[in-house]
Amino acid sequence: MSVDKETVKKIANLSRIAVTEAEADALVPELNNILGWVEQLSEVDCSKVEPMTAVIPNKLRLRDDVVTDGNIRDKVIANAPAAEHGFFGVPKVIE
Amino acid sequence: MAEIFELGIADIRSGVASGDFTAKEVAETFIGRVSAAKALNAVLVETPDHALAAAEATDKAKAAGETLGKMAGVPIGMKDLFCTEGVATTAGSLILEGFTPQYESTVSSNLFKAGAGMLGKLNMDQFAMGSSNETSAFGNVISPWRRNDGGNTDMAPGGSSGGSAAVVSGRICPAATGTDTGGSIRQPAAFVGITGFKPTYGRCSRWGTIAFASSLDQAGPMAHDVRDCAIMLEAMAGFDPKDSTSLELPVPEWEAGLKSDLAGKRIGIPKEYRVDNMPPEIDALWQQGIEWLKDAGAKIVEVSLPHTKYALPAYYIIAPAEASSNLARYDGVRYGMRDLPDGAGLQDMYAATREAGFGPEVKRRIMIGTYVLSAGYYDAYYTQAQKVRTLISQDFDKAWESCDLLLTPTAPSAAFGLGEKSDDPLAMYLNDVFTVPSSLAGLPAISVPAGLDGQGLPLGLQIIGKALDEQSVFNAGLALEERAGFVAKPEQWW
Repeated sequence: MSVDKETVKKIANLSRIAVTEAEADALVPELNNILGWVEQLSEVDCSKVEPMTAVIPNKLRLRDDVVTDGNIRDKVIANAPAAEHGFFGVPKVIE
Repeated sequence: MAEIFELGIADIRSGVASGDFTAKEVAETFIGRVSAAKALNAVLVETPDHALAAAEATDKAKAAGETLGKMAGVPIGMKDLFCTEGVATTAGSLILEGFTPQYESTVSSNLFKAGAGMLGKLNMDQFAMGSSNETSAFGNVISPWRRNDGGNTDMAPGGSSGGSAAVVSGRICPAATGTDTGGSIRQPAAFVGITGFKPTYGRCSRWGTIAFASSLDQAGPMAHDVRDCAIMLEAMAGFDPKDSTSLELPVPEWEAGLKSDLAGKRIGIPKEYRVDNMPPEIDALWQQGIEWLKDAGAKIVEVSLPHTKYALPAYYIIAPAEASSNLARYDGVRYGMRDLPDGAGLQDMYAATREAGFGPEVKRRIMIGTYVLSAGYYDAYYTQAQKVRTLISQDFDKAWESCDLLLTPTAPSAAFGLGEKSDDPLAMYLNDVFTVPSSLAGLPAISVPAGLDGQGLPLGLQIIGKALDEQSVFNAGLALEERAGFVAKPEQWW
């Protein structure tokens, strides 16, 4: 499998990364080199193998369903590039 | 007596405890070393006040006759991947410029509770993606080491924990934190002639550590020697309910358990690690390592890890896939930079912010990860890679039937010059050929400095152990360290 320029633009859009035409052109061989190299995994017979889900056996812990923190609104938005009135500010979403 | 700046964790701790010098003198010494080392570009933010406050607390506790912590009086460097409350944290990326965490990571908090102070935040490959520290948005870290050819070529300190490697080898900080996803503690440790330890996945909490590939990321110590690594890891590790993959186990007393007599231990030599084009000096050092471990009483056995050649390609699917998910959080809304072109809507703002904020290697990996997780390709790439990961892990399980530990080189070459490998991502990825398999299997591993190559540059040997058997890894590392007698240090030119 290899990617063309249209696919690169589609991946960039899914990744929410703006690319220029020139960048998309440059990314085609770069991504194909890497994808061509990882392709060798297809030669491994994995028909009887389960995909790994946990590298060290561990049980998923549950905790009581109670509030463990909160009331830190100002800390939560302290690093926001455009906080307003205690909220995150974003450009207009609904026209 | 050695000067204070030449001392590691154990010597500083005992010197402070016995009153040979005060913690404040130690902190002041290293604060001076940090501010005089700007030419290496290893420290992004200097935090002298933090180091001094911790030192004063230690001196006060000692005067009051209180019990001192494991790291009392030891100032350390902190890789900039750890969130530090009130101190700018960037992961080496422009997209986090201006980010000041409102909380402390569990690992840094554990170290501070043990009495450590912080000298500064250390430069690194952007989001820990790199093996040479050339992907940082804030410039390359320059290794304190130079080739012995009389030239002044700037050498790579390795990566991604390149700043940590540079400050420890340059005796600018007595120890530093690192993180290891595919070799980011061990490879830089080998490049600069220090000791670096990656514990079993889950020993150190990932809470507050900026995520790269969550199923692989592990914090660990980078220090002068095996004993210092054991002391520091005891302080860093421990169960943390805030990390769902944290292991609910007590932290062993690794330092007290150190023992370099390896009688009864079986050391496996994985035949698949004899890669093509391995420099003869590295092969010779590996043979020397075998002799050293025999001398320590161990029995050597050849083992096979048949899926080794698939570890790197599996890693370069799994790690980018996890990165593409983890890095989705950088959206220009909640923290870090925002690029809002005139008239742009929300989606355009995301794309512009991420275009401006991420470096080329980070973008490349996010896009690879997005592709291998996308509809139609998920099974062929991602599921297949996770199956291969199972096989790689099973290879180790089978090896443990005939041995207790594995001995390998840490990296396939000595350090290279900055810029010598940066044009070819695939060539750079091959640096991690010996470290990635144990990362995929979550196993503990150490890199110990073991010799110099013909250019006068350090080379490391790696010991890999069974899950949770850090003690045996430390012990075999100590056996190598005692026999290698590595004392070479970079000449101070900065």
